[in-house]
Amino acid sequence: MAEPLIEIKNLNVDYGLGDDAVHAVSDVTLTLHRGEVLGLAGESGSGKSTLAYGMTRLLPPPGVVAGGEVIYHDPERGPYDVLSLTNNELRDFRWAETSIVFQGAMNSLNPVHRIGSQLTDVIRAHDPRSSKEARLARARELLTLVGIPSDRLDSYPHQLSGGMRQRVMIGMALALEPKVVIMDEPTTALDVVMQRQILGELVQLRERLGFSVLFITHDLSLLVEFSDRIAIMYGGRIVEQAPAKEIYTDSYHPYSAGLLGSFPALRGPKRELTGIPGSPPHPGFREYQTLVMCRAGSEFSRKGAVPCRRLYSKVEPGGPAGHADRVRFPPAVPEILRAVRAGPPGARCARCSRRFGQRGGLLAAPRPLTRVSTLEEIRWKPLPRR
Amino acid sequence: MSYLLRRIVFYVFTAWAAITINFFLPRLMPGDPVQALIAKEQGQLSTDAVHSLYVLFGLDKQQPLWQQYVDYWGQLLHGDLGLSFTFFPTPVSEVISSSLPWTLILVGVTTVCSFMLGTGLGVLAGWRRGSWVDLVLPVTTFISSVPYFWFGLIMIELLAGPNSFFPSSGGYDPGVVPGWDIDFIGSAVQHSLLPALTILISSMSGWILSMRNMMVTVSSEDYITVAHAKGLSDRRVMLSYAARNALLPNVSGFALSLGLIVGGTLLVEIVFSFPGVGFQLFQAVGAKDYPLMQGIFLIITLSVLAANFIADLAYLVLDPRTRKEG
Ligand SMILES: Nc1ncnc2c1ncn2[C@@H]1O[C@H](COP(=O)(O)OP(=O)(O)OP(=O)(O)O)[C@@H](O)[C@H]1O
Ligand SMILES: [Mg+2]
Repeated sequence: MAEPLIEIKNLNVDYGLGDDAVHAVSDVTLTLHRGEVLGLAGESGSGKSTLAYGMTRLLPPPGVVAGGEVIYHDPERGPYDVLSLTNNELRDFRWAETSIVFQGAMNSLNPVHRIGSQLTDVIRAHDPRSSKEARLARARELLTLVGIPSDRLDSYPHQLSGGMRQRVMIGMALALEPKVVIMDEPTTALDVVMQRQILGELVQLRERLGFSVLFITHDLSLLVEFSDRIAIMYGGRIVEQAPAKEIYTDSYHPYSAGLLGSFPALRGPKRELTGIPGSPPHPGFREYQTLVMCRAGSEFSRKGAVPCRRLYSKVEPGGPAGHADRVRFPPAVPEILRAVRAGPPGARCARCSRRFGQRGGLLAAPRPLTRVSTLEEIRWKPLPRR
Repeated sequence: MSYLLRRIVFYVFTAWAAITINFFLPRLMPGDPVQALIAKEQGQLSTDAVHSLYVLFGLDKQQPLWQQYVDYWGQLLHGDLGLSFTFFPTPVSEVISSSLPWTLILVGVTTVCSFMLGTGLGVLAGWRRGSWVDLVLPVTTFISSVPYFWFGLIMIELLAGPNSFFPSSGGYDPGVVPGWDIDFIGSAVQHSLLPALTILISSMSGWILSMRNMMVTVSSEDYITVAHAKGLSDRRVMLSYAARNALLPNVSGFALSLGLIVGGTLLVEIVFSFPGVGFQLFQAVGAKDYPLMQGIFLIITLSVLAANFIADLAYLVLDPRTRKEG
């Protein structure tokens, strides 16, 4: 494997402070290697954008990085933690080392300035001694690169189509030839042909210039085609990461399987499309892994969303050999739930709460209700007599 | 360009409507201005004199209304607004042009200063939230809730007095002869300090608050995040990206307040007995001086329209999205 370029270590990002904080990104460890295209997929609200904002220190309030490190291996200066750069160092770091194409690429351009001035001001900020002609020439070159006629330099953003604006942003991201380009769903407004064309060009450029790409999208099929590795995010965590081909053929996490099952394969046998039942858990819930199980498989997602959500289970790190990042889930959750609900008459689950299986009232806070992870661990106690 | 043309047509139409209303209003009002003047002169006018007054005011003519209307326009185009009652027989246009410079200079300078200072402070307050600039907010909120004239009264109470540097009323020392010399200008500046301060402080807070709020709104726009991500200097992001966009809604507010310059801050001029248009309007109302009132209203209306036109032009320059071409 190539040497690491950015190492995200145990990154935590919260929205808000204290008890009410939403843990949008929890304990994410992810490495982007030199020259690699790393795909990041996951359901809407799983924290992909938050991760991108967090690692570049661009979080909008009330977002805060609650912990972790983002080590950037600078080819010239050696490794340093992006999260502890001073403001001046950070300003130099931005765009020159890591550029971003934001999800809202349509609104990423300042409506009152021409495209040209927005392409050149970043060059001037990082290289004040460059000549005006050189900057303009570079801007023209960038536009041509993303398939926009270079006379559009004098246009205002509102005169461009949504897809053109996205392409301008992609061009802008390459202005300073950064080592890392983060792209947060950069091509949502483009038609499929244009999307593939741009991505194809991006991959070629990467081979020529040698930058790495962190590519965020919902579109796993796109990732399988264009990326080297894929990480799957769910409920604020990386639940699985593996080489792209492997995720496709042999995904481990039920969510990845669900995601893959929800789009048609380009080649290979036909299969029935499946969605993921239920809606995603709030990222603040510690119990989210269990919910994955519930949603991914069983009748519980229809009948028993409440007990599912209230079930607490431990996550064991480690999985099959060679997949250290993978996470193992207690496989028996649906069975446990079934057993506990059915329970012997006149008895209750010893390590479960009494309210188990009931809908919580207004005052009943969601709390862990059972601490068992296998069927064998369930102990029964006789119910007290009234 | 067609946009500009449409606006011009609109303003011409509005100006016509305003002038027409100005023509009809006094003719619809009950009462008789000449009777008012007679009452003022306390019956010392002979019937001959009264008749000549009717002729003078154009009220005796047994002409049809449309003929009067045409004559009215003719007079207007010659700058003839009739004769003032209060300063009889001085023409209204002369009365107004003697008070207009006072108001234009006092309120004009303070309005522009207050907009620039207020906008600047608002930009800072919106950009550096959580710093000392936040202290400005409760103070400005408080001040913006205090009425102008009340503020002026407090100023007079606190700062003006028999031995104070600040005169409490008037536009210049009664002893100085108006003219373009040091004595007169010095005295005029000295007299306008307190009213200027009053207007400045009480109108600036509005600009601070609205600009700050717009800055806060704009700060969460995607293009601001992009500007940060590009590693541009904080100054450039603040001015060229955030403030530049936040300013747009305030431009129309500023143009409106330019239009209100002529109407003056009526109450401030009254409180300080400042010889401007506002004070004059107040006197005209008291003396039932219809021609003068009419003249002042006309000037105010036209200047509001002109200011709106300036706002349109400013938008055209500042916001490329309003330019239709291309
Ligand atoms: N300003 C905020 N305050 C509170 N919670 C927020 C805020 N912004 C985002 N969140 C929450 O953080 C979680 C992650 O959001 P994020 O935008 O990172 O999702 P995403 O994976 O990028 O989704 P999508 O695919 O729809 O872009 C969401 O559950 C969202 O509700
Ligand atoms: Mg997102």
